[in-house]
Amino acid sequence: MGQSGIDAWGARTVTTSRPTLAVWKFSSCDGCQLTLLDCEDEILGLSEAIDIAYFLEAGHDRVDQMYDVSLVEGSITTAHDAERIREVRAASRKLVTIGACATSGGIQALRNSADVQEFTSIVYAHPEFIKTLETSTGIADHVPVDLELRGCPISRTQLLEAISALLAGRTPRLPSYSVCQECKQAGNACVLVASGTPCLGPVTQAGCHSLCPSIGRGCFGCFGPSESANTAALTEQLRRVGTNDRDIERSFSTFNVNAPEFRTAALALYPIQSPRRGSE
Amino acid sequence: MEDMFGSDDSRTRYPTTLEPEPAQQDDGAVRKPVAPQPQPQIEPQAFGGPLILTVADVDQLIRRLGADGRTVIGPKVDGPVIGYQPIGGAADLPSGWGDEQGPGHYRLRRRDDDALFGYALAPTSWKRYVFPARSELFRARREDGALAITTIPPARPRYAFIGMRACEIAALDVQRRVFMRPEAPDPTYAANTQDMFVVAVSCGSPAATCFCVSAGTGPEASGGYDIRLTEVNSTPNSPDHYFVANAGTQAGADVLAQLACKPASDSETGAATQIVQAAATAIGQGVKLDDVHELLARNRENPRWDDVAARCLSCGNCTMSCPTCFCSDVVDENPIGDDGVVRARVWASCFGVSYSQMHGGNARTSTSSRYRQWLTHKMSTWVDQFDVSGCVGCGRCITTCPVGIDIRTELEAIRATDTATKYPESVRPQTDEGLAT
Repeated sequence: MGQSGIDAWGARTVTTSRPTLAVWKFSSCDGCQLTLLDCEDEILGLSEAIDIAYFLEAGHDRVDQMYDVSLVEGSITTAHDAERIREVRAASRKLVTIGACATSGGIQALRNSADVQEFTSIVYAHPEFIKTLETSTGIADHVPVDLELRGCPISRTQLLEAISALLAGRTPRLPSYSVCQECKQAGNACVLVASGTPCLGPVTQAGCHSLCPSIGRGCFGCFGPSESANTAALTEQLRRVGTNDRDIERSFSTFNVNAPEFRTAALALYPIQSPRRGSE
Repeated sequence: MEDMFGSDDSRTRYPTTLEPEPAQQDDGAVRKPVAPQPQPQIEPQAFGGPLILTVADVDQLIRRLGADGRTVIGPKVDGPVIGYQPIGGAADLPSGWGDEQGPGHYRLRRRDDDALFGYALAPTSWKRYVFPARSELFRARREDGALAITTIPPARPRYAFIGMRACEIAALDVQRRVFMRPEAPDPTYAANTQDMFVVAVSCGSPAATCFCVSAGTGPEASGGYDIRLTEVNSTPNSPDHYFVANAGTQAGADVLAQLACKPASDSETGAATQIVQAAATAIGQGVKLDDVHELLARNRENPRWDDVAARCLSCGNCTMSCPTCFCSDVVDENPIGDDGVVRARVWASCFGVSYSQMHGGNARTSTSSRYRQWLTHKMSTWVDQFDVSGCVGCGRCITTCPVGIDIRTELEAIRATDTATKYPESVRPQTDEGLAT
């Protein structure tokens, strides 16, 4: 592990044998990258253990080299993105996607069931300058991915767990069971049961330490589908507690709308494509 | 084990190990699920006659236990529910609050009186105090090329649990049989329970999800308590608000003696008995459990498992809220830039896919197989394993199931469609007497 290299300015020679880490951005809001900077207590230990060789948010410039670990944020929405992610993959020993955009296409994947031309004509003064794909897709739709960190944004704890596991050569502990397990371990009562609050926790992957239910709000599914997510049964229960189909469809159509289980759940309620725009 | 906690005490009420169980007689009879019963059973008046406590006395009781250095845990309104939380006095208790529970449904309800224990039970159990969701086992560090291991002795919180229901005390007995087996007593569970003080409160307002009468565990605790209270409040015969108190141990009798309470009259104990009887009647013999050991064992291929799997979310709420579910995972955590590692035990659920992951593949990939595993273990193979049923009839799995799956209904459905699956000749298990039928 660890590659020596010279940065773009030729001023800094990397002679360390520390593993190198790069952080890459595609179509995204930068929130997941900022989680790395949010590791305030650990950032010093982290920078001693690894060489953060490419990280725009922290002021680094690009280093042309092979990276031991690449964290990839954002979805693929342009032809240029689709090319660039292949270069990133080729330059990375381990590629870790961070966040809902990189793992499933993000909120921008709402375009996947809509007319992109119509969107650009509404949003931009000169839509003819916009070159974009019809879809927003996760990184794994384009190149092989070694590890996925879910969430919008990702969990700081999971990011540190993933990096420390990669450094130690062990399998990171990233449970794929439901948010409910973490929620009950935290000692919370179920918000769906006790308040009738619509909650996607039973079909959403754990990892956030049940952030929203712990403050009495329903989980909005930002970690995407859990293993064996039974969205049909949850949809029935949400109807029973008085949630209308429109709101249920919307709850599945957020940051992970392009995750197959959530997309199927949303389409089961509104099979006609593109009903969202124009009606309100 | 004796050395681990020193020898400064006389905690003999909750044995650290079990007496060896007598060998099971195999007389061919259907083996009934054994109702969990706290040990030892307490003879009425073994520690003095019943006393009368006022609300102020209950407050004093809580304060004295706290002043004695105990961590006092009791019912408290916590957001939309009653939870078991640290309390400092009677003012923290959910005065005037009741609960409404049904499949997948829980609501706090205002009562028309000021009962302190006028709810059925909290949707989260006491389990997290005696078997914490996460407990650290040891730390290891690389030192001079070798691994140095530091054990982490479990904390001894000296709990006082106020308001334990009979089914919840029975759950402690089930857990004791799991965690305190002589061959492998669990230090964490031992540390959390050896010194505990239990104030049981008999049930006066059971929920629609309760089935302790069927399970043989309630609604009045027959043992396993230091003090047992029955709350009498605004019943036609007794307009006053008081508690009939029975001591179950010398420690309980000593604490009661400090409160200088008057003895209960016959009419007062009669009112308490009526309340418990009314609760038992309200709960009723709602579900037939005496045959489930055999029923579930022979219904492994019942189509009902697929039916329930279509509704089950595999979320694990039932196992997390169950007061007896004891499964755990062991994880290693190593902070970045640190040679050390912490090994911790965390709750696990058999509804998680990775729970059944083993070398070569996964034993239970379908929700159907996982639900079957949970219910069959809870009510049938648990008896084979621990000589007691794993179900105490508290109904938490019914209330906290987000889609309201009711194990009583599922058992009835399986009984109604009893497939009586026989093993094929080729895989019939061997017994001492030859082939099983």
